[in-house]
Amino acid sequence: MFHDLGEVLLLLGRTVRALPHTVRQGRKVMEQLFEIGNASLLMACLLSLFIGGVLALQTGPVMAERGLHHFIGQIVGLSMCRELAPVMMAVLIAGRIGSAMAAEIGSMQVYQEIDALRTMSINPVHYLVLPRLVAISIALPVLVIFSILVGWVGGALVAVTNYQISLSLHGYVKSLGNGVDVMDVVNGLLKSLGFAVAIGAIACQQGLATTGGPRGIGRSVTKAVVNSIVVILLLDYVFTRLLMHLD
Amino acid sequence: MTPPPSQGIRLEVRGLSKSYNGQPVLRELSFAVEPGEVFVIMGPSGSGKTVLLKHLIGLETPDAGEILLEGEPVGPPETLSRHRVAMVFQSGALLNSLTVAENVGLYLAEHRLKPPAEIRRIVSEKLARLGLAGTEDRLPAELSGGMKKRVAIARALVIEPQLIFYDEPTSELDPLSAVTIGRELCRLNRDLGVTSVVVTHDRDLAFGIAHRIAVLHAGRFLALGTPDQVRAHPDPVVQQFLRADFSFSAAPNHLPQPAAP
Repeated sequence: MFHDLGEVLLLLGRTVRALPHTVRQGRKVMEQLFEIGNASLLMACLLSLFIGGVLALQTGPVMAERGLHHFIGQIVGLSMCRELAPVMMAVLIAGRIGSAMAAEIGSMQVYQEIDALRTMSINPVHYLVLPRLVAISIALPVLVIFSILVGWVGGALVAVTNYQISLSLHGYVKSLGNGVDVMDVVNGLLKSLGFAVAIGAIACQQGLATTGGPRGIGRSVTKAVVNSIVVILLLDYVFTRLLMHLD
Repeated sequence: MTPPPSQGIRLEVRGLSKSYNGQPVLRELSFAVEPGEVFVIMGPSGSGKTVLLKHLIGLETPDAGEILLEGEPVGPPETLSRHRVAMVFQSGALLNSLTVAENVGLYLAEHRLKPPAEIRRIVSEKLARLGLAGTEDRLPAELSGGMKKRVAIARALVIEPQLIFYDEPTSELDPLSAVTIGRELCRLNRDLGVTSVVVTHDRDLAFGIAHRIAVLHAGRFLALGTPDQVRAHPDPVVQQFLRADFSFSAAPNHLPQPAAP
């Protein structure tokens, strides 16, 4: 585990040093952005709609009973911004995109495509890792913005239509506006940026470390997804503490 | 056969050794390949041929010994960048997500050595040279094994190499495709004077193209010399490898008799 962690940090360091080459790899960054957006946007919106809805459904009736239903917008708004959208989107992206990255790079490693790049003096970090890491670092925060907005809509739909809550749309929006600050959104976006870097680095490292044919590719994909999810949850705690401290 | 006058470069290996998990794979190998020479490393599967090739191209680090290109050690990446060295992998190692043209032009495009129009022209010329005109927009998955190998050779040629390494260039090919690849290999050496190091267990190819042959067995060279010298080598393992064939004296008795028409 510590060996993998060390490898991830080394790869991250090499990728950061390669950042000045990002413009040269612009076309590949765009291709990766399209891949990530195309594969995940619909799923992200659907997931967020239901998360927002369930949140309102779980909290709404209990709060309405106590006459606190005008706080529902605030609860849904803050939960989506600070916690649910960044974490759920990161888990979704780890499953969909992290696995695909590990599988693609792993298959290139097994079938000597990466050796072929090296013999042509093409640095695999510049060619493969950099575009993926840059693309995921842009795409995940953008998906989180979509997720927050759709989650709010999901919460509104339930709050307005559920007879136990019966909150007006105006009331929900007002509550949301009172409770949510721009810094809450920024807070979630910063978290998601950290998660994106972790997912990209873990997936690419697992791909590059693949050995042993198709079975090895399967092993790398599993490790990439599991390690990413564990790291997302650990980082979530660390970031939350850090951002609370800064607040 | 004497090597042609060339722009090829000299490769020298001194006391190269490598072990994996305490198991020696290469044992103190020393040899030199002269500019423009076709040097074939032959041996049975598992003898260490591919491991040796990976060391020569700098993909593996030796436990002991050194590899020199024109007197400079291969280890630092600058040496390989200073000389034009290419490798044709056993599987072709084409990038499956790129088209044939993108694969062949990858080196020029990534290093921004030529404008895109010039790259397209060079790619078409190299593909045509290897009988692959019109395959530019196809994906590697749509090609046969022989075509993939020829695309891999075209990709190597784009570098205008001074030294080419071939890993099992005729494996998994039918005899006709294997002969075509062998002919191309000879033609490239004759026309361009490239130094070529070929790793193979294909005896016909080895004796057909080599200026010199080395027979590798259990990480050591059992024989090294011209094809005639290797053919006449007294080592029993070398002779066993060279003479192995499919003549089984008992086989005809076990074949079912064809039914009368």
